[in-house]
Parts: sequence; C-alpha cells; structure tokens
Amino acid sequence: MSTYLTKRLLYMIIILFGASLLIFCLYASTPGDFITGNIKLTAERKAELREIYGLNKPVLERYGLWMKNALHGDFGYSLAQQKPVLQLFNDYIWNSFLLAAVSTFLTWVIAVIIGVVSAYKQYSWFDTLVMVAIFAAMSLPSFFIGLFLIKILAVDLKWLPPGGIITTGSNATGWEYIKEVVRHMALPVIVMTLLGLGSLTRYFRSNMIDVLRQDYIRTARAKGLRERKVLFTHALRNALLPAITLVGFELPALFGGSLIIEKIFNWPGIGQLYMQSFGLRDYPLLMGFTMFIAILTVIGTLLSDLLYRIADPRVRLQ
Amino acid sequence: MNNLMRIDGLSTHFFTEDGEVKAVDDVSFRVREGETVCIVGESGCGKSVTAMSIMGLVESPGGKVTSGSIEFQGEDLLQLDKHTLRSMRGHELAMIFQEPMSSLNPVIKIGEQIMEPLRVHLKLNKKEARAKAIELISQVGISRPEQIADSYPHELSGGMLQRIMIAIAISCGPKLLIADEPTTALDVTIQAQILDMLRQFKADSGMSILLITHDLGVVAEMADYVIVMYSGKIVEEGEVVELFSNPKHPYTRGLLKSKPVINQRQEELYSIPGQVPNPLELAPSCYFHDRCEHCMPVCRSKQPVLQDVGNGQKVSCWLYEEALIHA
Amino acid sequence: MAVNSSLAPVRRAGAASGRSSLFRQSVRRLLHNKLAMSGFVVVLFMFALCFVGPLFSPYTDNKINMAMMNKAPGLKHWLGTDALGRDILTRVMQAGRISLTVGLASMVLSVFIGALLGAVAGYYRGVADQIIMRVADLLLTIPGLPLLFIFGALLSEWKIPTDYRMYIVMLMLSIVNWPGMARMVRGQMLSLREREFMQAAVVLGLRDRRKLFNHLLPNIIPLLIVMATLNIGGAILSESVLSFFGLGVMPPTPTWGNMIDAANNMIDFQQRPWLWIPPGLSIFATVIAINIFGDGLRDVLDPKQKR
Repeated sequence: MSTYLTKRLLYMIIILFGASLLIFCLYASTPGDFITGNIKLTAERKAELREIYGLNKPVLERYGLWMKNALHGDFGYSLAQQKPVLQLFNDYIWNSFLLAAVSTFLTWVIAVIIGVVSAYKQYSWFDTLVMVAIFAAMSLPSFFIGLFLIKILAVDLKWLPPGGIITTGSNATGWEYIKEVVRHMALPVIVMTLLGLGSLTRYFRSNMIDVLRQDYIRTARAKGLRERKVLFTHALRNALLPAITLVGFELPALFGGSLIIEKIFNWPGIGQLYMQSFGLRDYPLLMGFTMFIAILTVIGTLLSDLLYRIADPRVRLQ
Repeated sequence: MNNLMRIDGLSTHFFTEDGEVKAVDDVSFRVREGETVCIVGESGCGKSVTAMSIMGLVESPGGKVTSGSIEFQGEDLLQLDKHTLRSMRGHELAMIFQEPMSSLNPVIKIGEQIMEPLRVHLKLNKKEARAKAIELISQVGISRPEQIADSYPHELSGGMLQRIMIAIAISCGPKLLIADEPTTALDVTIQAQILDMLRQFKADSGMSILLITHDLGVVAEMADYVIVMYSGKIVEEGEVVELFSNPKHPYTRGLLKSKPVINQRQEELYSIPGQVPNPLELAPSCYFHDRCEHCMPVCRSKQPVLQDVGNGQKVSCWLYEEALIHA
Repeated sequence: MAVNSSLAPVRRAGAASGRSSLFRQSVRRLLHNKLAMSGFVVVLFMFALCFVGPLFSPYTDNKINMAMMNKAPGLKHWLGTDALGRDILTRVMQAGRISLTVGLASMVLSVFIGALLGAVAGYYRGVADQIIMRVADLLLTIPGLPLLFIFGALLSEWKIPTDYRMYIVMLMLSIVNWPGMARMVRGQMLSLREREFMQAAVVLGLRDRRKLFNHLLPNIIPLLIVMATLNIGGAILSESVLSFFGLGVMPPTPTWGNMIDAANNMIDFQQRPWLWIPPGLSIFATVIAINIFGDGLRDVLDPKQKR
C-alpha cells in the first residue's frame, strides 16, 4: 500500500511538472500581454515594466523563475489587480465553493432518488421519461440554458434577480443579506444542478440496475424484507459504493468554479475572475488558475482511488 | 401425513424479445409435512422457476405465473396480497440458493444479515436478534460465532457461507425450506456436511424440504419423493425407492444410467443423446421424442399426460398409455 | 431465466455469413428501439434542414436589408431578421452547416487519432504505451475549457483568416478529445489481448499485423461507433461554447454558437429573443437526438458497456 502510494505521488508530481511547463509555454506563446494592451502607458514605461516583470527574458528562464516561486508558495502578482494571485484566489474561491457545494449536494440527492426509482421501475413510462430527461440534461448547452432561464425567470417574470451575488448598492446585513444571496444563488444553482443531473442520474440508474440483478437482492427478498428496505439498504449501499470514486472527481468542480456559469450569471467567483483576466491577458493569474485546477484534478484522482480502497470491504484487505 | 403444500396446474411463462417461453407448464405436485421432495432435471427444465414461483419471486417484468394455484397450509399463495406473502417469506417459507458466494450482500456484515429476518418476522430487538444470530451461527457448526458475525462475506469460504445461508433460512422456523441446488457450487466433502446438516434440522424441527438438484446422488441420499422434470413439464414422479428401482420414463432411465456407480466401472459412461429442445420451438409432442430410443409416431404429434402406473408412481409417456389401452 | 444478449467476439476469417447475420440482427434490434429511432429521425431532419433547407430559402445571399432590420418573426421571415435585415431561419440553417460539419469532422479526427494511438499503446505496450499514455495523462490533467480558450486566443492573435478558423477549431477540439478516446481503446485492447480467442491466435502463430487488424480491431469497432456518435454531440457543444465567447468560429461565418452571441447585447437579449433562441434550441435538439441515438446504438452494439 505504501509503495503504491509513493509511486502514485511521484507520478503525480511528474505529471504536474509536465502540465506546468505545457501551460506556461502555451500562455507565453499567446502574443500580446497586459502591458502591450494597455494604451495608457508610454513606450518607456512599458519597457520598464517588462523589465520589472521579467517579460523580456526567454521563456524557459521565466518558467524556471515562476516554478521556483511557485514551489515556495508564491504564484506571483496579478498585473491587472495589483494583488498576489493567491490572495485573489482566496477572495473569490469561497463564492465559487458556495455555488458548487449547494448545487453538487442537490445534484447528488436528486440523482440518487430518481436513479433508484427509475432503475426499480425499469422500462416503465416513468423510467422512459427519466431517460429522456437525462439525455435532455446532458445535451443542454450550458451558456444557452443560463441565458434562457435569465430571460424567462428574471427578465420577463421578474421572479429572480438576473445575476450578481447581491443587489447592486445594497447594504443589507445579517438575515437580510443571507436572504439576498440565496435569491441571487437560485438561478445559477438551478442551472448547475440541471447540468450535472443528467450523467449522475444515469450513472446511479445503471448501477442500480446492475445491483438489482444480483443474487443477494434475491436473498434479501427471500428473507421477506420490505421492498423499501431491499432497495435502500441492500441495493443502494452497493450502488453507492462505486460512486465514492466520483467524490474525488468532483473536487476540481467544487473549488475551481464554473467558467461559463459564473460568467453568465455575473457571479463573483474564481471562474468569473478567470474570464475577466483572460480578456486582460493577466498571465500570472491565468497561469495560477490553470495550475490550480490541474493540481485539484490530480489530487482528486488520487483521492478517488484511495476512497474506493477504504470503502469497499472486498478491496480493503488486498 | 398431512399436505403442507399442494401445487395445482402451475404455469410460469417468460415473455422475451423472441417469444413466449413456457418455463413451467401445467405442473402439479404436493409436499407433505416433514417430507423431502426432490425435483430433478437438467438445467433449464423449469425446476428453479418452480421454486421462484412458490416464493413469489419470479423476475418481473418478463416472467409471470400465468395460471394454477399454490395451496400452502390451506391458503393459495398466488391469491395472497403482496404484503402477506412478503411476511411469509423467510418466516414460513425459506429458501437457500446455489451460489453462496454471491447470495450474501458483500457490504453488510454477516451478523446483520442473519438478524434481519429475526427482526422483521419475530420482532426481536437488536440485542435479542444478535444473541439469536450468534446462536444460529454456532448451530450451523461454525466456531467463533461472535467473530464471524462481525465479518464480511468475502472473508468466509463458500462452504461457510452456505452454512450462513442455512442459518438465515432456518432462523424463523420455516415450515418449508426450498433448497435450490444448495451443494452444486461446493466441494464434494463440504456437500456431504451441508446435506447432513439439512437432514438434521429437518429431523429436529419437522419442516419439509423441497430440494432442487440435478445430482441423483443427492436425490438418493435426501429424497422421500422424487419429481423428474423435462422442458417445463413433469415426466415422472414417485417414491424414491420405487423410482430408483423401477424407473418408467426413458428420460428417467437415461438419467439413472448416466450416473456413475461405484464398483461397476464401465468402459464408457452412458449419456443421453441429443440436447434439450429450444423452449421457443415446442410443438405439441412429447418434448423428449427426438432423444428417445423408443420414439413412436404418436410421440411426435401428441403430448402424453401424466398417468398413474401403480405403486404411487406416475409417468407421462406414450409407452405406458399404449400399455394401458391394450390391457 | 433472464435472456442474456452478450455479443460473441466477432470473427472475421470464414465467417462472412455469421457476420452479416450479426449485423442484420443489430439493425433489427435498433429498428425496434423507438426512442433511438426517433433520435435518428431528428438527426436526419437537422442534417436535411441545414444542408438542403437553404436551397428553398429566398434569403441565402445574406444581403444587408436596412428596411427589414430587427423584425420580429412573421409571415415573410418566419423567425424574424437580425440587425442587418438578414433572415434568421436561413442563417440558422447556414450556421447549422458549419456547426454540424465542425462536430462531424472533429469527431472523425479525434476518433481516428484516439483509436490509432490507443490501439498501438494497448497492443504493443512497452515504450510506445508509455509515451502515448503519458501525453494523454498530461492533456487530461489540464482543464479542457481553459486549454481551448488558450488555443482560441492564439488563433485570434495569429490573425487566422476567419474562413480558416473553422478548420482550426476542428483541430483544437480533436486535440482535447483524443486522450479520453485513446485511454478507452487501450483499456479494451488490454482486456481483449487476454481473452481466449486472442490466445488462440497467438498459439496459431499469427503475425502482429494480422492479429491487430483481423482479430482485435473488429472487436472494438462497436465501441468505436458508439463513442464516435456520442462524441459528435460533445464536439457540437464545445464548438458552440467557444464561438459564443468569440474564441471559436467568428462572424461572418455563422455558427449556432456565435449567433447566440447576440445575447451578449442587452437590448437584443431582452427584447429580441428570436435572434438567439432558435440557434440555441437547434443545438439542444441536435445534441439530444444524437445522444439518444448513440445510446440506442450502444445497447445494440455493445450491451456490456451499458452505463
């Protein structure tokens, strides 16, 4: 187990180094940078700034410098916002987390319930309806469904605010503030839940269908257990087990924000920060963000693997 | 002895993409109190489906009991509402299966799996149920019952798991135990132990056993009464001694001939020629006709009915109908 | 008593009749799947609409018509007109040509690259496997959307003519999509290698090329067909996102994605929904139909892979 872990960790680090080099080169090769694009600066000032930020050095040298600092926990300084990248992440990430955590929770709860019921009633009209809905959810263009719901629920019906985290100019505090945030969250959460629901429901449905065919389900029924108990204790426990691996894969989505949804709903999260910085070519921030997601992805994969080993009594011993 | 269960004209059909399969076709028999009845036949002959029909666990959608009655202690199981039938399963009617390795839930501890029926049917509380579960584990001959109760199925061997399955089945004192090929997946030495245990529990509690098997050795050892099934129908039935000493149906004879006998080494073991017919292509005929050495024209066009041929033996074969007519 | 319908491994040599009956059986089962067939019909309809539809439209020249600016849907223009007086229905159909072509082409490309590299990695293992799978891991570690955004930005900075951008977008999508495909094919290859019929081929002393092309590849073709179908939907969605954010195919070449860009204008978004809702619904209808059809295909061709 420990040699396995060491091997995995080593490989993770190598992959991350490779990814960082690739990301750095890609960003470095996008011509135009924050300084060139800024028309307020004079030519001399631009040259001076390039010198300060080391933008006139060769790519590999810049990469070495960036890497050295990154290893010391310093991901550089955002050029546009004049703040350390990590501090900016800390400012924005929790808004992203709020949105992602709520919608992930809702997605899982709804997906498990619908998945179980439609697996139990496989081939019924309810199941067919669920299947069509699953495909619909998986086929939604995220930005379009976002815009569509804003148009209907916010612009036309005025039920919910169209975007942002609080009403502009609002000074609400305490309960009022929480209520306001919840109202603003509603639309993006609905959209994110909808988008995640398709594949997850499908996953639980097919897992359940497999499990319901197993011999031990027949045994549970032969013991005279209530159907609800058969489904939710005997079957669901087994169907949920492989889903533990998904928890790790949710990690990047939980902390990495959603570029498209946050942009569409003007939600002040890390995804929106990225989109904003992308237009400004604020490289330290873009680099930092991309690396951050890559790190989360790698950790998430490892986590999935470990969780599965812990959760399944059959693998635990081996 | 009184009848415990009486099955009359039971038919269970499966509706597949390719057509209707009559897995069990107009089957009637009875099980008396304290009796062991064996159903014998090749795989796919409908013996397991018969068992599942009794338990009310025929796979649906797809399978359905289409007609007949299953009278158990004076009540027709097929007419009972779902709730009542459920409360009888695991209580009066218990069942053990062929594959002990996959028949227990891999993520639930053994002890808990034994406790479940005790809590549902006997309404024991958690503590009582656990105590009883541990008692049951030692009753089925497993040492360190406490430790076993806290382990997971994958930590035990197949033989031990089948003992656990038996512990679950007998936990609520069933009137009828259905055992579907209980020893097929086990080593020969373990097989004997499991059968011994079943016999002993039967003697102690007076329950009846419906044993489903393809192994004539098991039948000889366990059965009071034997039912031979072929392609969803009963072809012969009778008391075990009569049937073994004087088999009537060519299929039964073939089965007995193909069984190796100790001390009588033959050059070549007998095997019944041909294969079981495709259940989708059954025409009115004796389903065994194209494998039968006594096949007559009538066998190809008309189905024989189960006839009493004396000595409590019944057979469904034109050979004996002819004999009856000419006599 | 459940009737299991697992596919026996496909043999090629001397089994022409068995093969065609397997094929015929698959088609028959597909035709029986109503949901999958309705998906197929919708896909066909969308293709017909986009590739044949414009022939029946009087507005294909896209002439700027100031008199007909921003008209709501009506008898003359069924889906209204845009700020330059162009017919929306015609533009949706023309945009569909591009979107569908990009989706199809990038699918072909990523399936080709992914299947080839995955098969080589899974079959030869060793160094080839190491190199290919490490590159795939690397690409899978970097988040897809930022990667596409960087590529998109590169395109803009390099001043690629808009006519050519759609080809480059196809290439970009393939670069992002092939690693997943390669991983899957490799996994299949590894498990097929160990199967009995393959070991029989080894015992018979068949040559590598023959083993790979006559025995292994035919067995992963069902999987490839299914993956390819589902991949088209994904590619259409990715293209629309990129084009919506101005990083994919750019006007004047219309695609469904960049038509929705109209929604970035406050007035168009709030008061002229006919500008951006029809292309959005077109994406949705096409992708859902492809996914439903692909899933039906999976049931028929690869029942073991059902997820």
